[in-house]
Amino acid sequence: MTEEENEEAVIAEIHKKIGDAFNVFDNESNKTVDVREVGTIIRSLGCFPSEAELHEIIAEVEEEETTGYIRFDKFLPMMTKVLMERKFRPIPEDVLIQAFEVLDQEKKGYLDAEELKKYMTQEGEPFSQEEMEEMLSAALDSKENIVFYKDFVSKMTFEDL
Amino acid sequence: MSVPSVMRAAVLIQRWYRKYVARMEMRRKCTWNIFQSIEYAGEQDQIKLYNFLGYLMDHFTPTSSERNLISHIFRENEVCRDAEWEQYFCYKNIEVPDVYSGPHLTFPLTVTQAAGLVEAFKKKQQLHSRYVLQLLLETWKLLRILPNINRVSTCHSKEISICGDLHGQLEDLLLIFYKNGMPSMEKPYVFNGDFVDRGKDSVEILLILFAFLLVYPSDMHLNRGNHEDHIVNLRYSRAHGIYSVHGKKILKLLQKIFSWLPLATVIDHKVLVVHGGISDTTDLNLIAKVDRHRYVSVLRPPKKKKLTSEEQLSIDSDTEDDCWISRVRTSFQRRPSLTYVKPLGSRNEFQRRSLQDFSRHIIRPIEDKLEDQRQQAEFSLPSQNCLQCPSMDSVPFQPGDVNHEEWKQIVDLLWSDPMSHDGCIPNEVRGGGCYWGPDVTEQVLSKHHLQLLIRSHECKQEGYEFCHNRKVLTIFSASNYYEVGSNRGAYITLGPDLVPHFIQYQASSMTRELTLTQRVGWTEHSALRVLREQLFAHRSDLTSAFQEFDKENTGVISLNDWASTVEAVLQLGLPWRVLRSQLVPSAPDGTINYHSWFHELSIKEPDTEHIHQALLETVYRHRSTLETIFRIVDTDHSGLISLEDFHQTWKLLSAYLKMEISDDAISNLAISIDANRDGCIDINEFMEAFRLVDKSRLETGHVFQSNTASSKMASDQLPSVLQTYDQQASDHLVLGNPSDQPLSKQSQCDQPPSPSYYSLSVQPSSDHSPTDHVPFSHTPLYYFLFDQPPSEQSPLHHLSDQQPSDHSPADHLPFSRTPLYYFLSEQPSHDQSLSEQFPLHHPSDQPPSVLLPSEDPLSGQTSLEGPPADQLPAPASPI
Repeated sequence: MTEEENEEAVIAEIHKKIGDAFNVFDNESNKTVDVREVGTIIRSLGCFPSEAELHEIIAEVEEEETTGYIRFDKFLPMMTKVLMERKFRPIPEDVLIQAFEVLDQEKKGYLDAEELKKYMTQEGEPFSQEEMEEMLSAALDSKENIVFYKDFVSKMTFEDL
Repeated sequence: MSVPSVMRAAVLIQRWYRKYVARMEMRRKCTWNIFQSIEYAGEQDQIKLYNFLGYLMDHFTPTSSERNLISHIFRENEVCRDAEWEQYFCYKNIEVPDVYSGPHLTFPLTVTQAAGLVEAFKKKQQLHSRYVLQLLLETWKLLRILPNINRVSTCHSKEISICGDLHGQLEDLLLIFYKNGMPSMEKPYVFNGDFVDRGKDSVEILLILFAFLLVYPSDMHLNRGNHEDHIVNLRYSRAHGIYSVHGKKILKLLQKIFSWLPLATVIDHKVLVVHGGISDTTDLNLIAKVDRHRYVSVLRPPKKKKLTSEEQLSIDSDTEDDCWISRVRTSFQRRPSLTYVKPLGSRNEFQRRSLQDFSRHIIRPIEDKLEDQRQQAEFSLPSQNCLQCPSMDSVPFQPGDVNHEEWKQIVDLLWSDPMSHDGCIPNEVRGGGCYWGPDVTEQVLSKHHLQLLIRSHECKQEGYEFCHNRKVLTIFSASNYYEVGSNRGAYITLGPDLVPHFIQYQASSMTRELTLTQRVGWTEHSALRVLREQLFAHRSDLTSAFQEFDKENTGVISLNDWASTVEAVLQLGLPWRVLRSQLVPSAPDGTINYHSWFHELSIKEPDTEHIHQALLETVYRHRSTLETIFRIVDTDHSGLISLEDFHQTWKLLSAYLKMEISDDAISNLAISIDANRDGCIDINEFMEAFRLVDKSRLETGHVFQSNTASSKMASDQLPSVLQTYDQQASDHLVLGNPSDQPLSKQSQCDQPPSPSYYSLSVQPSSDHSPTDHVPFSHTPLYYFLFDQPPSEQSPLHHLSDQQPSDHSPADHLPFSRTPLYYFLSEQPSHDQSLSEQFPLHHPSDQPPSVLLPSEDPLSGQTSLEGPPADQLPAPASPI
């Protein structure tokens, strides 16, 4: 297989992946998805964009006249580019733990629920109430009302490998 | 610590966590698609079968035995005069035995009796057939004087409550009454159709609704749904079998009643409530004039009465019917599958959905049909239109004026779904009605000076959903419809300001405490099982289709070929490539070994060594069609059919499927089933005998579609906290409930459950849970009943499947059917504008689901890209 053919095969494979993910949310099979689902599609394809980056992407693929829907023919080239250029790469586990350590200012190895809640809902790109509750439900240790973030991170990243 | 770095850390964590949630959402959505595809495929099959039978009726000679077998379902008016009807349904000589311990009714019914009926059904008591007949007869008499469109007003500061589909799930109705109060003068209700089917308490729900209709005729409003149709009911008629002695009369009367249910309700001249929706031709003035009772089954235009008897062929209505269907088919294909590459060469051999061919040869242009129709109408005899009762409808009865347009008006009201794009197209997925767009909503609402359309008909995850610029609101009241945890139910209250207020709930569920991962894993597991069963049932077709790509018979094909083949054979419009990792192990190079896959599909077959393989697959695949035909052939509703009728059933099925089934094969089948050689086949036993069972799970018989979606949860799926259950806990039974409800007084059961049940109650582990301010956060997280001691293999039985039992701990509680009534939330919609108008009662914008600590976030996670092959085939094992 020549290099050129190889690249074509890779692109074809990426196109299929993008199409599959898109179709899951294309409720009316008319090659459109609700703009609110675009983040889910992009992230489910293994990307880790921030909310701000996501908004940029959406602005790029949105119709001039906002319809609330995103068309596949606009989405596909953008997403192919993102995947080929390997943008929004996964966050390595150690970097993530470092981030938690930044929040754990007393270096106690855990965050209590209120602390985590404060940071996640007041800093950065704040979580909604619902997101926060979901996260805590998964993160809190069953005995104490605290998050052992190293355990949490390793459990969660395991499945994304 | 610098602020920027805290912010950067937070953003990083947020990015990472949102990615995780997105993957979960993707899996949830796939699961939803599976359930919905299979549900709608079932509805399509039903419509096709009915068209097929209609075709037989019209093309077989009047004396042919097949025709005799099925003719009764088309004989809509065999008893014509009101007096004859009353006589036919006479209940007076039915004795109520002294031993009968259920409720007694006297008419006119009082509110006490109606409430007593609710209590009795809560306790799993039955109502005696005499009273059932009497209640239905009174209901029929009342419905006949109601107009097609109920007109309701909210003034007098009365809030009106609107409920969507209940589908025979009594738990949901009881929960609504408990939370919202029973119907009364101060508490008017609109029930928006689909009271019946799927759940197991269809008759009970109807009796309760009818009882309140009789007591409060001007405060209780029932709209007809697409399931209030005897043809649709046939598929699920097992649910109606409880009053077996007088079952036939009851069914007949129900059929009559359904045809007399009002079609829509209009509130304060501004809000239209209708089961399905509208189309670009919807005209309420026309609908108000329709003789609704002539549409006994909305699936088929009523026959025009001819000069001679019913025996005469009536090609007109059928071709009209077929025309309509074919118009639907040839129009814009709404859900083409993107994975569907092209029809395979061998596709004609695939039996599924093969009816197009047969309907095609009798199609003529619609214009011809309409012309025929006009001519026919002139010859019609008024006397042959029965039930010419006085009606409050605005227009006098027009004999013989059967009109395709009228029929379409009703079908559109009952079967349509909204779509997000402008226009109005036939509803290919349902097989009936249309899809209408925001422009149609705008046009129809403004034409009638309406401001809001409330409809049901579609299961929504939150129980309600707005669309079309908030002009259309879907309300669905059957919680856990597809599977435990799949969706919330909701109902609406509407005051004079006409701003809808939502109350969401989930009956009988432990799932509200599960984490996102566990919830997704649970329903996903069940959906995948249904799918594996479907795949298994199509084994032969799949194999031959795979071999098209695998000429050398290596047993290996590429992922693309696999995905396109599976879609071509099953035609469910599902994202097979995404689902692949959960269904099939693949080699590192991405190829799939389908030989070994079929071995690994963990399906247990019944013991059927004597039965021909092809016949067996036919049974699996067309299980519900076969059952429907059985129900039709079983004219006396006894549940038993003769060997001769058994043969006839198979002849019908083989004609329907256009496949040869030899007499020998049928005889073998009959012999293997008729174990006691009494010459009768028990339908229920037959259907049970050919049930595929997922090897790894036991079957509990949750009622869904093809009965394959039974709910179960293996112990390995339980949250880890439950793994440490303690049987001692069984003498201490605690229920979760909203603290402001009387239930709390009795939340502790004073008697231990029977030894045959093991119960589990786990207290929340944390006092500092983020959910502390939710009233019920201190109640147990999990409560399950086992009918056998939990073990490695034991499934958790779906609670609503518990048999009525004298010793059930639930009996001591106000809600005795199951002890699990939780109220997830009571709050207006999350929508901004509504939140402003309705400040929340709850101390917060607490989202409805209560989340608790202690779960393992990893549980059940398999990535969409797929785990290594050795992690299969357990796609969703949370722990």
